[in-house]
Amino acid sequence: MSIQEKVEQNIGLLIILVICVISVGGLVQIVPLFFQTSTTLPVEGLKPYSALQLAGRDIYIREGCVGCHSQMIRPFRAETERYGHYSTAGEFIYDRPFLWGSKRTGPDLHRVGQRYSDDWHIAHLMNPRDVVPESIMPSYPWLAENDLDSSVIQQRMEGLRYLGHPYSDKQINEAAESFKGKKEIDAVVAYLQSLGTALKGI
Amino acid sequence: MSDFFSSFWTFYIALGSLGGIAWLIYLLLANSKTKAPKNGEVVKSTGHAWDGIEELNNPLPFWWVAMFYITIVFGLVYLVLYPGIGTAKGVLGWTSAKEHSDEVREATSKYEPLYQKYSSMPIPELAKNEKANQTGGRLFATYCTICHGSDGRGAKGFPNIADNDWLYGGSADQIETTILNGRHGSMPEWKAVIGEKGVKDVASYVLSMSSREAPADEVAAGQKIFSTNCVGCHQADGKGMYALGAPNLTDNIWLYGASRGIIEKSIANGRAGIMPAHKKLLGEAKVHILAAYVYSLSRHQ
Repeated sequence: MSIQEKVEQNIGLLIILVICVISVGGLVQIVPLFFQTSTTLPVEGLKPYSALQLAGRDIYIREGCVGCHSQMIRPFRAETERYGHYSTAGEFIYDRPFLWGSKRTGPDLHRVGQRYSDDWHIAHLMNPRDVVPESIMPSYPWLAENDLDSSVIQQRMEGLRYLGHPYSDKQINEAAESFKGKKEIDAVVAYLQSLGTALKGI
Repeated sequence: MSDFFSSFWTFYIALGSLGGIAWLIYLLLANSKTKAPKNGEVVKSTGHAWDGIEELNNPLPFWWVAMFYITIVFGLVYLVLYPGIGTAKGVLGWTSAKEHSDEVREATSKYEPLYQKYSSMPIPELAKNEKANQTGGRLFATYCTICHGSDGRGAKGFPNIADNDWLYGGSADQIETTILNGRHGSMPEWKAVIGEKGVKDVASYVLSMSSREAPADEVAAGQKIFSTNCVGCHQADGKGMYALGAPNLTDNIWLYGASRGIIEKSIANGRAGIMPAHKKLLGEAKVHILAAYVYSLSRHQ
């Protein structure tokens, strides 16, 4: 029996060999990235998200912002001229999961931090047309009404610390307390204002 | 220095990329053994027959095989020119960061002179230069309209810069400084200091400053509070000062809104309007043109 016949007539063997062939690409292109300094160590000055920023990030995920906004500036002049320095791997060390996105119905947000004022972000989230008349972004007025949920933030931070995010006990213990009187919109703005600000000298 | 934790990965990647190509070469040779049948010979069957239809074992067409060899040659040439064999840099020394900086350098040498040529011209003169204003208008449309609106008339909380009322001053230098370094408004929170009644009284006094109606007793009480707490920034006459961005309260022009409720809110909770700095983002040459455009907005009316 030739090899071809053996493989064709033994479906289990066929599956195993197909998996072997497909995994070559991942083994060569992906696995080495787990052992590179530029992809596994934070850039200088990068801090894990504060409790408020982390909560804002969860709301960013909940509201599906990533569906229209990427957080990944590619190294092309057309992008860096508009958004700022291109994104580097070491800036995303404390992003779990990554929110790089792949769709830009709206602009990239990786360097939106400190670009506009808090007031602008609040006005824009409440009704984007108030500041950008041609905008097609939906309004998110409920963010200003909903109290910020502090019930799981400590567990979230402990979980991230388990994964290597350097949170101190103090930060974790004070997390829930710091949410008092805060609305969801405050957290989202805090998160947005932190985006892409770690990379210095750009 | 290698970016990898261990030099093992250099060999690992090299083995993967070169070994993959070697494997393809082997597969190609192993599958090229079938010879074309000579005249009169019958093509052998592969033995696969279904319903009387047989699969014949003809060799692959020559052009087809040649294409596979071309891809192998392409792959090897690519690995020589570009990074791919472990940590080898490739003959061209290509990196995406270098490609980007080359692209930026080329564009800068082409476009920067267009901005630079106006740098030495004083802003009041530049504001009358039609070409510079066209450029400035484009820059304004890209970077400023998001807050100040396409006509420069602003929005709630974002000042109108097409009129003659300025928070931080409307001289050429002041406008340029504002764009370059940004501004941070800092109206403090007064609720805790003067109480709810105090907030109401001061609001009444502020309304009276721009000749609007307010209860006389509140105005009188408000004036007292104003003279101890507010004059430091807004001045005794309520006309404010550019150095701190304290608005003129006597002109009936309102950044956050003219209603009593909004004025009370500003007093009670404070305000912290921020104009971001643009020096790093745009560079001084572009800001100079932009400042001239903004300067022209309020003077061309």
